[in-house]
Amino acid sequence: MASSIRVRATSSGETTEVQALIQHPMDSGFVKDAKGEIIPAHFIQQLTFEYDGKNVFTADWGGGVSKDPYVKFAFKGGKKGDELKISWVDNKGATDTTTAKIQ
Amino acid sequence: MRPRSAIYLASAALALAALTLAGSLPSDAADKIDPVADAKAFRKFFTDKFPKVKLEDFVNGPYSMNEDLYRQWQEKEQFPPYEFSLEMGKEMFSKPFKNGKTYADCFPNGGIGVRQNYPYFDEKEGKVITLELALNRCREANGEAPYSYVRDEMAALTAYMAFTSRGKPMDIKIPNDPRALAAYENGKEYFYTRRGQLNFSCATCHVQSPGERIRAEILAPALGILNAMPIYRSEWSGMGTTSRRFTTCNSQIRGVPFSPQDDEYRNVEYYLSYVSNGLPISGPGARP
Repeated sequence: MASSIRVRATSSGETTEVQALIQHPMDSGFVKDAKGEIIPAHFIQQLTFEYDGKNVFTADWGGGVSKDPYVKFAFKGGKKGDELKISWVDNKGATDTTTAKIQ
Repeated sequence: MRPRSAIYLASAALALAALTLAGSLPSDAADKIDPVADAKAFRKFFTDKFPKVKLEDFVNGPYSMNEDLYRQWQEKEQFPPYEFSLEMGKEMFSKPFKNGKTYADCFPNGGIGVRQNYPYFDEKEGKVITLELALNRCREANGEAPYSYVRDEMAALTAYMAFTSRGKPMDIKIPNDPRALAAYENGKEYFYTRRGQLNFSCATCHVQSPGERIRAEILAPALGILNAMPIYRSEWSGMGTTSRRFTTCNSQIRGVPFSPQDDEYRNVEYYLSYVSNGLPISGPGARP
């Protein structure tokens, strides 16, 4: 299966702008399905962006974040051609990781 | 028979008689079904009402009506939320059925770049055939179970087919067949008929009030509104098809929706697509 993470990172020389879209249901645990049964909570708890062995962005998420979340941020540094590593862990222990080249 | 229904029947018969009478009068040239004039007038209404909006921008719905929203959308389009669905659609489209055939075998040009020709009027069947209907018929003809018309798989397939047709002008034809004209006219009537407890017609929102707010939403203009289908709606946090749009619109005005792909919806899709002829396909779209 294709990765659940889409990333685009572009360097302007001084800073790198990162955009990411993650495919995840992000169920809060408070919603009922058509039969009236609670849909169990299922959401990403931590999302990290790693560059050059260091965390440049960490997000601690809960059930309040929307389905298929989108993230955008910028950090100082980052060179064209370098790799950025992105990973998430959800409350069921599932995880996904991908890397993207800075453009 | 209860007396009340007898009265209804009698008045219906009277109304029918009046209709036939009116229909036979020679002076009703203006009432003739004239899709070409309709489409021209329809387009003119919107271009006059919104002189600053470029014609090809109407297909971008609420974004064409509001600058702030437009800017946000431009940014969002770099990473469109329909991307996952589009990818799924592409995969599904090329994956063969159990009998070895694919969707491509059911469509002209292998289904690539043909979205602008749907819906079309099938002269053999005497009815309007939409893209969603054609897809499910393709599945059934190949021994597969049909998909739900309102979401996920259907949206993914139509998203991919729309994507391969992006930029092509909507090109709906009305063949020289009285049944086709009747379907068009029924669709038009449906579009302008008020219904539901709120007593809204499609036109109340999408002709009378595009650009205005309905609660927090900005209403899209009817011109080119189907060119962007299917759409990812943040409100739905998922994809929806033309069928989903029609049925939820009907329940939001507190009416009882028809079933997806009932004749009424097929006809209104036919009408609405015809009057948007010439505007580019922009689907799949993203909406707030």
